[in-house]
Amino acid sequence: MAGSGKAHLRDPASTIMRVEDLVVEFPAPRGQKVHAVSGISLDVMQGETLGIVGESGCGKSTTAKAMIQLPRPTSGSVTFKGTELTTLKDEELRQLRTDLQIIFQDPVSSLNPRRKVADVIAEPLKVWGPRDKAVQAEKVNAMLDAVGIDPEISLGKRAHEFSGGQCQRLSIARALVVEPQVIICDEPVSALDVSVQAQILNLLEDLKAEYNLTLVFIAHDLAVVKNISDRVAVMYLGKICEVAESNAMYDNPAHPYTSLLLNSSPEPDPEAVLDETSMEQAELPSPIHPPSGCRFRTRCPRATDVCERVEPELRRVDDDHFVACHFPLVDIGG
Amino acid sequence: MTTRDSRSLEAEEPLLVVQDLKTHFELPAGMVKAVDGVSLTLKKGESLGIVGESGSGKTVLSRSIMRLVVGNNVHSSGSVMFEGRDLMAMKPKKMRDIWGLEIAMIFQDPMTSLNPVVRIGRQVTEHLRKHLGVSKSEARAQGVQLLRSVQIPEADTRFDAFPHELSGGMRQRVSIALALACGPKLLMADEPTTALDVTVQHQILNLLNQQRRERHMGMILVTHDLGVVAGRTDQIAVMYAGKIVEKAPTRNLFANVQHPYTEALLRSIPRTTNRNHTRLSAIAGRPPDLINPPTGCSFSPRCPYAQEKCFKEEPPLEAQWEGGHEKACWFPVGTPENKAAWERNLAARLPQTVAVAEGRLVDESVIDATAANMTGAPG
Repeated sequence: MAGSGKAHLRDPASTIMRVEDLVVEFPAPRGQKVHAVSGISLDVMQGETLGIVGESGCGKSTTAKAMIQLPRPTSGSVTFKGTELTTLKDEELRQLRTDLQIIFQDPVSSLNPRRKVADVIAEPLKVWGPRDKAVQAEKVNAMLDAVGIDPEISLGKRAHEFSGGQCQRLSIARALVVEPQVIICDEPVSALDVSVQAQILNLLEDLKAEYNLTLVFIAHDLAVVKNISDRVAVMYLGKICEVAESNAMYDNPAHPYTSLLLNSSPEPDPEAVLDETSMEQAELPSPIHPPSGCRFRTRCPRATDVCERVEPELRRVDDDHFVACHFPLVDIGG
Repeated sequence: MTTRDSRSLEAEEPLLVVQDLKTHFELPAGMVKAVDGVSLTLKKGESLGIVGESGSGKTVLSRSIMRLVVGNNVHSSGSVMFEGRDLMAMKPKKMRDIWGLEIAMIFQDPMTSLNPVVRIGRQVTEHLRKHLGVSKSEARAQGVQLLRSVQIPEADTRFDAFPHELSGGMRQRVSIALALACGPKLLMADEPTTALDVTVQHQILNLLNQQRRERHMGMILVTHDLGVVAGRTDQIAVMYAGKIVEKAPTRNLFANVQHPYTEALLRSIPRTTNRNHTRLSAIAGRPPDLINPPTGCSFSPRCPYAQEKCFKEEPPLEAQWEGGHEKACWFPVGTPENKAAWERNLAARLPQTVAVAEGRLVDESVIDATAANMTGAPG
């Protein structure tokens, strides 16, 4: 799983964000390092939704947060519209924050419980927006309307008076009020019931079209990621296994790990064929001592000694379909 | 013991019969009707999935069946017949002979359900030692065997490990081993895989199913995820606001959805088999307030087919046609009455109907206001 390689990157001129050789390491006890993200490259085009999917500990959230320099990556390059973010001074980076916003997983804890909705949504405007209070209020109202919350009723209320879905809509409004270009969505629907999840996914699609947004959408649920994304990257233990146009990947998974994920994903269909053989426990290796070569080899049914020695690079399988595997599940076309 | 043995010979007798079970919590704000009149039957070796969103009462139901809901503010009624014995009438001390021995439970979070300062081996063998009076060395042998049967590698050394030394998936395997130790006849699994990654979830569900078949055990699987129960249960009961709104054999339920809530749930789930950017159908409104549940059908405020009758009269859970498919609805999905109700609501621009028809976002406050209006309006 390696995941190095840049075959999947597109023309820099057409992309809005581009990540190259991103490495994020965290200190661990006894001078060791947690290799959270190990040299991955990704890009997002203007107006595209990039989905990043993987199990817990695969580094998907760390990647997305490193893209907006929260925290700054250990090494590698992140460019936004041609500007290199990793070397920017703090103040210069701060000036770019309006363009790069983030929505978090837990909608209730990401809103200040003591503040009224009007203040929560207007806060970014107080820092960045027009000085005129009336213009600010107008923007807040328009934004609340856009996320389907009645400003008249809600402005004076606090977060606890809203349901989980409403709170997530409020966080979306807060992120959008400064008119960002890229929004990082870090598991925005994981804490919500399915009926509410559908509402938030639909809303994100609508807002994306309306405000011409670019989304980086992180989730562990494969169906959710496919639904919202144009392109999907599958991560495992800090590396990218497979990058492809969503439908292409789900129709023809090329990486054994993608295939394992898809076979494990519970479908609400009693006729779906269940793979009942998988019972052996298989654990994620430690990110402190990741396996050599391909990181997935310890769990991979197709692994050989090549996988142990040589780290596979991302290579093209099909038009917009790339895989980092020595023995992919599909033929490597020309 | 003799009575139990003689009873188990009567093959026709169901394992579990729950009749009109109610669990209400008395709070300063009022009476929370968490479980409000649930009846169900489970045969030996059969598996039942209980599905519902948060706050639907599914967890309280499973715990009520086990008599685990206790407190001064708890009001329970109804009956739970387990192999002919009424658990609700049993003295709490007597329940100890049932827990673990005849009915066992697996909880959502294995980190909090296992004791962090006791080695897993002792936790797994506790039931064996206490209930069955197995000697210490014999218990160890059986315990290691149990850990092996739930596919824990190096079971011999893991026997002496503490829970924190194991990963989430392994801990859940330990709680399964613990639950299976005395060979229970009924296994209650309350969201056993919600805290786990998909690949681990898949393994655990396979393991549970294999053990259920091998041991001919009844199982109640409580989950919020219709995907989890779809391929793995014989029957599914869908809960909403403390009540079962639809219950059917699994294939039947999916092939022939009758309750609007089940239909809405299924439509709101994204699927890997759909193309990307498939528009999902969200359920308008919020889950019901269990202190002051809506009058009439509890789903009526959010239901796109709701008619005046739905806001006034509560539909009973009743079987229609074949195969034990039960639903509590006045205008079940797929009937001409249902179609007519939809047309009428669409013409009247009922917000929840318009939301489904046009895929629009409708805020909870609008739905609440409409519902208040409907119930308040004169018949």
